[in-house]
Amino acid sequence: MKTGRNMMPHQAAGKRIKNFDEVALGFGKEAAVSEASRCLNCKNAPCKGGCPVGVDIPRFIARVKEKDFDGAAESVNSDNALPAICGRVCPQERQCEARCVLGRTAGGSVAIGALERYVADYSAAHPAISEAVAKDERSAAASGAVAKNGRSVAVIGSGPSGLTAAAELAQAGFSVTVYESLHEAGGVLTYGIPEFRLPKALVKHEIDKLAALGVEFSRNTPVGNAVTGAELLEKNCAVFIAAGAGLPVFLNVKGENLNGVFSANEYLTRVNLMRAYDGRSDTPVYASKNAVIVGAGNVAMDAARTARRLGAEVNLVYRRTRAEMPARAEEIVHAEEEGVKFRLLNAPVEIIGEYGRVTGVRCVDTVLGEPDASGRRAAGEVPESEHIIPCDMLIVALGTTPNPMIKNLFEGLKTTAKGTIITDENGETSVKNVFAGGDAVTGAATVILAMGAGKVAAKAIIARHGKK
Amino acid sequence: MYEILKIRAFTESIREYTFSAPLAARRAEPGQFIILRVDEYGERVPFTICGADKAAGTVRVLVQTVGATTMKLAACKEGGCVRDIAGPLGRPTDLSEYGKILLIAGGIGAAVILPQAEKLAREGRCADTIIGARSAELLVYESDIREFSQNLHTVTDDGSAGDKGFVTEKLKVLLDGGKKYDAVFAVGPLMMMKAVAAVTKEYGLKTVVSMNSLMVDGTGMCGCCRLTVGGKTKYACVDGPEFDGHEVDFDEAAVRARIYGEQEKSHVCRLKNAH
Repeated sequence: MKTGRNMMPHQAAGKRIKNFDEVALGFGKEAAVSEASRCLNCKNAPCKGGCPVGVDIPRFIARVKEKDFDGAAESVNSDNALPAICGRVCPQERQCEARCVLGRTAGGSVAIGALERYVADYSAAHPAISEAVAKDERSAAASGAVAKNGRSVAVIGSGPSGLTAAAELAQAGFSVTVYESLHEAGGVLTYGIPEFRLPKALVKHEIDKLAALGVEFSRNTPVGNAVTGAELLEKNCAVFIAAGAGLPVFLNVKGENLNGVFSANEYLTRVNLMRAYDGRSDTPVYASKNAVIVGAGNVAMDAARTARRLGAEVNLVYRRTRAEMPARAEEIVHAEEEGVKFRLLNAPVEIIGEYGRVTGVRCVDTVLGEPDASGRRAAGEVPESEHIIPCDMLIVALGTTPNPMIKNLFEGLKTTAKGTIITDENGETSVKNVFAGGDAVTGAATVILAMGAGKVAAKAIIARHGKK
Repeated sequence: MYEILKIRAFTESIREYTFSAPLAARRAEPGQFIILRVDEYGERVPFTICGADKAAGTVRVLVQTVGATTMKLAACKEGGCVRDIAGPLGRPTDLSEYGKILLIAGGIGAAVILPQAEKLAREGRCADTIIGARSAELLVYESDIREFSQNLHTVTDDGSAGDKGFVTEKLKVLLDGGKKYDAVFAVGPLMMMKAVAAVTKEYGLKTVVSMNSLMVDGTGMCGCCRLTVGGKTKYACVDGPEFDGHEVDFDEAAVRARIYGEQEKSHVCRLKNAH
């Protein structure tokens, strides 16, 4: 048995910054089986407790070890509606893999995310075989065998939370309509996460699977305008709000409306949803030779790596140190390999420009103080440390807050001062039969937490309105 | 897909399209817009709804050929389809607060005041209107707007229709002549709205302008359409598109409107060469 962790092959950095193809290439069969063989199949399965949707990790890994990939897929699918996506974008090093017993050994934790991805990709590449061996309810539903229960649910938003809830509800026999204001479904999976990290064909495949389950998608439908919340509640036994946190946070410093200053949402939407990198697309994207990205989360890394691919030198400005960067470990490494320069302990105080265009960002040095209430070390400014980092484009990637339109969707819908929706432990809001989950409730968080919330709300809706 | 039911050509480059788009039509109000995408490679472009028929499930928009999307639209025929229409988006015009209203349109801005004038007429309180254009052939909806107005004043830069001059000159004449209004709604090119706001400010007259910013999603997600109003950043898509004309930073908006100028030019060249 191999003792060290199997490493996934990647496109070489020099090559990949010239294309938008996926960077991580996935395990081959042998590496997958070898990696699965490292799993100790711990009786108490600590890894499982680290997963927000509770995937039975040792169970599916045992099947991979036996080379029963269909069985492994069946196992994963019964816990997770979007395994190909989670295998790619979850911060495993802070969740399942962080709790792996092998993580304390020199060989490192089992590569659970890579295995989940392998299983999901295998299943997508071998649909006929997967269907032939389908036994559980989920697979049966895929062939249209779930009996409808005569009840319907409206889901607002087609991101990870909405898709997960839709899958759970459809499998329980509900008629589900997912409302999406954009022209394509998928939410952040479609407009936010770049092709090189999450291929859009894969997102589409997951959405097609839901459509095959009978889930209806109403695209181009801004809820609140085209249809009202009250109408949805009248027509359905429950509504699930999974509208995300779409409103970008800006720096609130002088010069922010200069040309060349963008929210990461805008930059990434132009490139991902609108495919501005494709010569056939009509959507323009700002041509930059020298970009500054502000922030250090996954979205900042996505923006930085996208700008590299579109030909810019990239400086990423962050007011803390590498240890505090919120991005997935792999994204930080990839960004660095691709030539993104980290300007740590730097805080922007003003964006400067000429003739209406950005020419640089005035920053101050920072020092880290004691951890604050949230456990993060606050960054303090160093006096008289002002300096300018020149740039022709500046992208702000400091997170997002819920769209202020959300709170007007339903009369009596309670929200926090930050605009996030208040729910109980089942995801139900202050309005009966209106549930909410994902970033609309938590503020900007991860795909998997949003999926977990979708699952919780779906279970509560099923318990109240499903077959008794 | 959304069918083009009718095309009404005003000039070689100005056309009104009637689309079948029931979801966008069913709750559309004056001042709101749609986001339209012509084809699978199309960009998302906002167009103000100049009319909606809820029963028929149709919306109408006026389009002037200026860039990639509008060139593609110009090549479309009745019975053809566009890929996507999302709407209605933005906040409806709030006409309720004011008694006597003056509507002012420059160029294709007439498409925005048309449903406003119609609504006021239906409520039995017809507005006065001023419509202006460079020349007679560029005047749109003149007869429609006249029907809904108490007094319609037409001006053209060259005097080929109505009085010769700018809408601001007509505005001053009306105000100096003793006309009293509770509010002015102005829509048209940025510099025209800026000029109108400058005049009305002198008279202390409430003025609402409609900002036609660049957008991507149109739902408050990207901030592309942001502008400064009263020193604060606002989004034209969800906070607007209508704002207090005395608070809008028009010069910044004008710079922001040119953000993709270079790319747009090269793109249009490519489209022209392809035809």
